[in-house]
Amino acid sequence: MQALYSAPETLIRTPSHYCPGCGHGIAHRLLAEIIDEWGIRGKTIGLAPVGCSVLAYNYLDIDMCEAAHGRPPAIATGIKRVHPDNVVFTYQGDGDLAAIGMAEIVHAASRAENITVIFINNAIYGMTNGQLAPTTLLNQRTTTTPEGRNPLTHGYPIRICELLATLEGASFLARTSLSSPKDVLQTKEALKKGFKTQIEKKGFSLIEVLAPCPVYWRMSPVESLKFIEEKMTQTFPLGVFKDWEKTVSAPGGQATKV
Amino acid sequence: MKSSNNKKHLLTGNEAAAEAAILAGCRHYYGYPITPQNELINHMAIRMPQVGGTFLQAESEIAAVYMAYGGAAAGARVMTSSSGPGISLMQEGISYLAGSELPCVIVNVQRGGPGLGDISPSQADYFQAVKGGGHGDYHNIVLAPASVQEIADLVYDAFDLADRYRNPVMLLGDAQLGQMMEPVEFRKTPRTHQAVKRWALTGAEGRARNIVKSFYPVKGELEAFNIRLQRKYRAIEQEEVRYEEVNTQGAEIILVAYGTCARICKEAIRRASGTGLQIGLLRPITLWPFPKEPLRRLAKKARAFCVVEMSAGQMVEDVRLAVLDRCPVHFYGRMGGGVPSSREILKKVLNILAPEGTLELEIPEIPTELGKGLYFSTIP
Repeated sequence: MQALYSAPETLIRTPSHYCPGCGHGIAHRLLAEIIDEWGIRGKTIGLAPVGCSVLAYNYLDIDMCEAAHGRPPAIATGIKRVHPDNVVFTYQGDGDLAAIGMAEIVHAASRAENITVIFINNAIYGMTNGQLAPTTLLNQRTTTTPEGRNPLTHGYPIRICELLATLEGASFLARTSLSSPKDVLQTKEALKKGFKTQIEKKGFSLIEVLAPCPVYWRMSPVESLKFIEEKMTQTFPLGVFKDWEKTVSAPGGQATKV
Repeated sequence: MKSSNNKKHLLTGNEAAAEAAILAGCRHYYGYPITPQNELINHMAIRMPQVGGTFLQAESEIAAVYMAYGGAAAGARVMTSSSGPGISLMQEGISYLAGSELPCVIVNVQRGGPGLGDISPSQADYFQAVKGGGHGDYHNIVLAPASVQEIADLVYDAFDLADRYRNPVMLLGDAQLGQMMEPVEFRKTPRTHQAVKRWALTGAEGRARNIVKSFYPVKGELEAFNIRLQRKYRAIEQEEVRYEEVNTQGAEIILVAYGTCARICKEAIRRASGTGLQIGLLRPITLWPFPKEPLRRLAKKARAFCVVEMSAGQMVEDVRLAVLDRCPVHFYGRMGGGVPSSREILKKVLNILAPEGTLELEIPEIPTELGKGLYFSTIP
C-alpha cells in the first residue's frame, strides 16, 4: 500500500486545543507543508503571540518563540538581525497585530524588515471569548458590541493590507481566505510567496488570511465559511496589494487577484 | 573612538556604558531617544556599524525591549537603555525576559519622576528596578555604579551575570553619572563567560526544537517553574552580593548610599575627618541581591545607620529589613531632581548624634569654587 496523502512531518500529532471549525488548524498545516516541501525545518524560527495561537509551538516542530501581546514583529526583528539567513515568521491574530501591536507591525513593514507575517484575521478576539477586534465588521455582534459594531461608537474595521500598502518598505502583501479548498490552495501559494520574499531578501511580507471563528461568531462551521465568502470579503477584498516581482497596485488602489 | 586598551579615555558615563558593552561582545543594541541617556544611543549608532553589529532605533521603548528580547532569544549578547518613563514602558518586556529566562542588559539612567518629571539625577526608580517593576515573582540583578570607570567595569560584569544566570541585569545609574565625564580605562581582556547557549533559537537543524516561552497553562507547571526561578534567585543571593565599605571600622554612624549619593557621602566623610566624627559608608554595588549580611554585621557595632538617597526613601526599606531593630536606621533624602550636598549629610549626622542640637561642629568649607552645589570627592 502506498500513502498518497499524509500529515506533514513538521506538524506535531497531538490533540488540538482549537475549537471545532477553527481556521488555525488549516493555516498551521499549510505552514508545516511548506516547511517540509522546501526542507527548511532546520532554519525556520516561528513566533506565536498571546491569542488563540499562543500554543502554536505545540503543533509546529520548529524552533519557536512565544511573544507578548502585539510584539512579534519587534521580537522577530531581534531574532532576524542575529540570524539573517534563517527564515523568521510571525503568526498573529487581528487583536495582536491590528490593535495592541499596530505600532510594531507598521514599523517592521516600514523598515522593510526581512520577515514574513502570517496575519490571521477572524474579526474577533477568540481567546478571551469573543470581543470586538479592530477588524470586526460593521454591525457584527461581539461580547463587547452586543448590539453590533456601530461606527459612531466603535469606529470602522481596519484594513491592514491596504494600510501597509502605502509603505515603501512592504514588499509583498496579500489577502487570502480559508473559506474553500480553492482559497486554501491560494493561501498556500501566498504563504510560499511570502517565504520566497524573505529567502530572497526582498524585505517585508505579510499574508492576511481570512479565517473562521464559528464559536464566537455563533455560527456552524459551514455558516462561518459562507460568512467569509459573502460578508467578510466585502469589507476585506481578497487579492495581492503589493508584489515586488510585479508592479501592482498603487497605494490604496485596486487589488489584483492572486 | 578606538577601543585601544590600557589607555585612559575621557568619556561620559553614557558613552562608557556603550563602549564597554561593545568590548564585552555585545553586537545588538536597540534603543529609543530619551534624556539623560542620549549619549549612549548616539554612541551605539556610531560604533555598532564599525564593529559589524546591529544598531536600531526602535519605534518605542516597548519595541526596543522586545527587539532585545528577540536578540537574546536568538543567543546574542544584547543591550537596551532608557530613562524613567521609557523604563516604565519596558516593564512588561522585562517581566517576559525574566519569565523566559533570557539574558539581557538594560541601562536605566534615572531622572526625576513621577510622570514626565524632569531630567535631573534621581534614585526614585529603586523600587521599580529592585522589587520587580513588571508583573510576577521575579528579580532583576541590579548593579549600581558610582563612577564612569565603574560603569565600564560593571557593564562587562552585567553581560557575564546575565549569561550565567539567564536573567535580565539592570545597570541603575542616574543623570549625573550618565552625563558627567571622567577618565576611564577599559579592561584589557573583559572577563567573558559567554556560555554556549543550547537553548537559543537558531533553527532546529540536526537537533530537537527549542522553545522560548514563559507560558505554563497546565496546572502545577507554573508553580514548579516559579520554584525553580526562586532557587536561582537564592543562588544569586549567595554568590553575587557586592558592596564597598569605607571607614566602617569603629564608625559611630554608618551612611548607606549607592551611586551618586555614595560619592557625596564619601565627600562628607572626607570633610568630617579630623573633626572627631566617626562616619563610615556602606555602598551597595549590587542593589539586588542586597548586601544584607554586611549591614547586619555593622549593626552590631554602629550607633546608627543613615541612608542617603535621591528619593523619598526606597532603599532605606531594605536597610531596615536587613538590620531589623538591631540598630536605628535614619534617612536623608532629596527628591525630584534634588541632590543632597555633603554639608546637608553632615548636618543630618550631627542631628542623629545629638537631636537636641547640643553637638556643634565646624564643617570645613569645600576647597573649591565648585563648592556650593554638586561636588564630587576625588576619593576613588
